[in-house]
This record gives sequence, structure tokens and C-alpha cells, in this order.
Amino acid sequence: MTEAQFVDYLHAGGQVEAGDWMPDEYRARLVKFIQMHGSSELMGVLPEREWILRAPTLQRKLALTAKVQDEVGHAQLIYRVVEDLGKSREDCLAELVAGEAKFHNVFHYPTKTWGDVGVIAWLVDAAAIISQKALLKCSYAPYARIMKKICWEESFHILHGRDVVLAMVTGTDAQRELVQEAIDRWWGPLMQFHGTKTPAEEDPMLHWRIKSQANEDARQQFLDGYVPQIRELGLTVPDPKLRRGADDVWEYTEPDWDELKAVVTGHGPRSAERLELRRRFLEQERWVREAVAA
Amino acid sequence: MNERARLLLELADDELVVGWRDSEWTGIAPTLEEDVAFSSIAQNEIGHARALYELVARERGTTADELAFDRSPDEYRCARLVELRLPEWEKTIARHYVYEEADAKRLERLKQSEDADIAGLAAKIDREEAYHRMHAQMWFDRLEGEPRFTSALDELRPLLETGRDENTSDLTELWDEMTIVRRSQPAGTKW
Amino acid sequence: MIFEVFRQEKKGQAFQHAGSVDAPDAAFAEAWAREQFGRRGESEALWLVAREAVHEVHDFPDEFDLKYRRVDGYSLKVRLKEARERAGTTPARAG
Repeated sequence: MTEAQFVDYLHAGGQVEAGDWMPDEYRARLVKFIQMHGSSELMGVLPEREWILRAPTLQRKLALTAKVQDEVGHAQLIYRVVEDLGKSREDCLAELVAGEAKFHNVFHYPTKTWGDVGVIAWLVDAAAIISQKALLKCSYAPYARIMKKICWEESFHILHGRDVVLAMVTGTDAQRELVQEAIDRWWGPLMQFHGTKTPAEEDPMLHWRIKSQANEDARQQFLDGYVPQIRELGLTVPDPKLRRGADDVWEYTEPDWDELKAVVTGHGPRSAERLELRRRFLEQERWVREAVAA
Repeated sequence: MNERARLLLELADDELVVGWRDSEWTGIAPTLEEDVAFSSIAQNEIGHARALYELVARERGTTADELAFDRSPDEYRCARLVELRLPEWEKTIARHYVYEEADAKRLERLKQSEDADIAGLAAKIDREEAYHRMHAQMWFDRLEGEPRFTSALDELRPLLETGRDENTSDLTELWDEMTIVRRSQPAGTKW
Repeated sequence: MIFEVFRQEKKGQAFQHAGSVDAPDAAFAEAWAREQFGRRGESEALWLVAREAVHEVHDFPDEFDLKYRRVDGYSLKVRLKEARERAGTTPARAG
């Protein structure tokens, strides 16, 4: 098959399996994209796991532990897919702790209060699930298949997040304040999350049918779904320009793309510290992995 | 405190604290597969603690959460073994092995209890603990030739039945962290 | 070692491939697969198979288009019409 025939095959809805022939560029883009997803799941656990130890009820403790456990489980599924594409888990992890592997912007920021715990599980997971649902149609079948399990598990996370938020907005004034303050801090990163407004025709990820949704479409979908949910609780979004235009398209203050670029290349407020934690435990536990290597 | 409550709180506090300690590994365990499995163990332990607290809570007109969080550190009846902060895998797994072995014997006794609630709950807990024991044995079989593991076993075994009447600074630190969010609002606040 | 994991969602259903775990032996594979693919009680049962024991088969040549073995190899319309005409049992046109 030629590359042109392969692309035609993809555009006609064709699916690719691990053992199939694929153009080098397709394989390389797949590995990079899927590896970034794996890195994001692994780094995403760090901001949340601090709060596992501080959860204020047994129920919240269990739910938050289960949520973080799910993220680790997703990393496991994802790294297996990457390994079957030819790049080992050890190599991926080595690149991650050396600061050479990108991961989503949201996991570079601090979590300051229990309000963050609710807002992250509700809104950050919501932004992620929009992208993840679009990946169900990925041309690379092993990845599309694990996305089914991932999307199914993420749906619990959003419910958990919303439940935490609802308990706080119907609780004390101080609790409500924690939620609003968290939204105020997380709004910027949330608006940057889906990436720059690359048009579909110029996005190689769409050309190769790895992604099936343009970045701006994902962001609009997020705003459609969640701004009403935020406002119905009497909470506010810290963007005076945010409004739904006549053509049903959301207008908003342009996100800080420089911030996004700096953050995903490892210059976020918590990037270095978290990578150091990962590196330290990876090193410390090397002997265990060697002991369980078959 | 009556004998029944003392017994139940000892068991509940052990399960709560060992579960809390085990949950510290969620996200940073040696392999991704083990991370998921060990997190389930941690959640099961806390689930057991909750069920045990509920038995005590019923007779006292309080709640499981209040017993788990709102006592002062010196009121906890857990063993020194579970209180220790052990951020090294060989020590955590050695503790897991030692604890599960002892817990199995304790549960066998409780399953024979004349108190139907206790016997029933012990049986339920034991059905889950069977998998914990398999997991602990699996690691023991793989690490028994590893000196840092065997010396951890020797170091930790003696701590099994000590320390129930006093607590370590490790427990006080854990309690501070465990209750920091809860204490930030008045008692009875919903979370 | 890679172990492929197949799961049965409900009793009576087929086992479907669910993913894989990297484990040193069957004991670890079982402990780990149990949690990764069943901690929510979402599986009735799992099959664990070492990847090297799985034998994949592709390539099913049908050079001579042996359609008689498939439903689409049969087109009865024309003959059925003729047979009905002969028997005088052509169905009346609707409406």
C-alpha cells in the first residue's frame, strides 16, 4: 500500500491494528499523541493524590482514591498501546522524568483547597472527556478500544466532582467561597486546555484521523455544556467577555497561548516539583521492577 | 467503654489506619498494575473500617465519620505497626504481609463470635481479605530472597500487638493531615 | 511477560478481548487483571492468556468467489417470479 492509499483508506473510515503496515509519519504521530495522553494521566494523579489523605469523610476518601486509581489504570492501558506500537514503558517514563515528554497544561498547576478537588473532578475531567469521546473514532483501533473503558470510567469522575461541588455550594459560606475561588483560578487553564484554534484542514491529527474533532469545536462544546451548569449554582465565570453570540458561538477573552506554550514545555508552577517526585519514586523503586521482571 | 466497643474500635482503627497508609501509594507504586491493585486493597480496608465503625456508631448514636475523624489521636486503638509512615516499598509490603497474617487469625476468632453482627461482618470482611492474603503471599514469594524485605519483616513483626494504648508521632501527623479539611469547618458541616 | 485479558461481561456472553497486563507470572497477572478489569464488578469472568500462546490468523483467500456458501450467493427473484406466473399464483398488486 502506498501512503496515499493508506490515507484514502483512513478517510473512508478504515481502521488500523497493531500488526498492520502504517506509514512512518502515522506511527510517529500516534506514538507522540498517545504517549502524551499516558504522561498526562500519570502526572494528573499527583495534584489530586495529596487530597486523598485529607478527604473530610470516608465516602469522599474512597471516591477520590478510586478516581485517582482510575487515572493510573488509564495510564496502564495507554502505555500498553504505546508499547505495542514499538516504544517501551521504561523509555516513556524516562523521557517523562527527564522533562522531555509533554503532558496537559492543567496538571502543571497547584491544587490549593478542597474546592480545587471538586472543580477539577467536575470541570477539568469534563474538558478531558469531550476530547476523549472524540477519540472513540480514532483510526488506530487499539487506542479507540481502550478509549471506551476510559470514557466509561471518566463519567463517574464528573458525577463525583459535581457532587463535591454541590455539597459545598449548599453548605457554609466559606465552602461556597472555596469553590468560587477555585473556579477563578482554574478558568484560564481550562480555556487553554483544548489547544489553539487550529482549523480542521490544517490539523495533521485530523488528516490522519487520529483526532476527529477540531480544538475549537471541543472548547465550544465544553462551554455549551458547562457554563450553564456553573451559572445555575450562582457561581460566576471570571471572564467579562464570555457570552453566547447570536449564532450560538461562544465569545470569550482570548486565552493566553504564551502561557500554554510555556506550561506544556515544563515551565508551569508545579512542573519541576512534580517531575522530581515522579523521578524520585521511579529511581527508588527500580529494584522492585527488576525483581518483578519476568 | 464496653468490651465490645473496645474490640470493634481496635479492629476498625487498624483497618482505617493501614488503609490510609496503603492509600499513600496510589499514584506512585512501583508498577502501574500494582498501583491499581494496591489501591483496591487500601479502599477495601477503609470500607471494612467504615462497616466496623457503623456497628459501634449505632449503639452510641453517632456516625462512622465522627468515629473515624473526630476523636483525638490518643483515643485511637490501632497497633503501632499500622501507624508508621513507611515510604519504602519493601517496608510497606512487609507490613502488609505481617498485618494480613495476623488479621486472618483475628478474623477467624471473630467469625466464631456469639454476637451475630460481629460474626457476620467478620465473615464478609474475610471474604475480601482472602484476596489481600493472596496478594501479600505473591509478593512474599517474589521478595523472600531480597535482604531489604526480610529485614523489614524482622523489624516490623514485633510491632504487631504493641502500642494500642499510646500513639506514635507518625499517627499524630497522619491525624493532622487526615482532619485538616474537616476541622476547617464547624462540626456537622456536610462535605 | 504480556498476558492478554479477555472478559465476559455477563454469564452466557462471549469472552471479549479487554486489554493486557505486563506481569512476571500467572499469579501476578491474575491479581493485577482482577483489579484492572473487574474491580467494579463489571466482569463475570476473565481469561488470561500469555501473549506468546495466542496464535493470530489472517488471510482468508477466496480467489474463486465461492458464493454458494453465503446468503448473498443466492438471488431467487427471477426464478420465483417465473414459477409464480406458471402456477398462476402471482400476488395481486397492492392498492
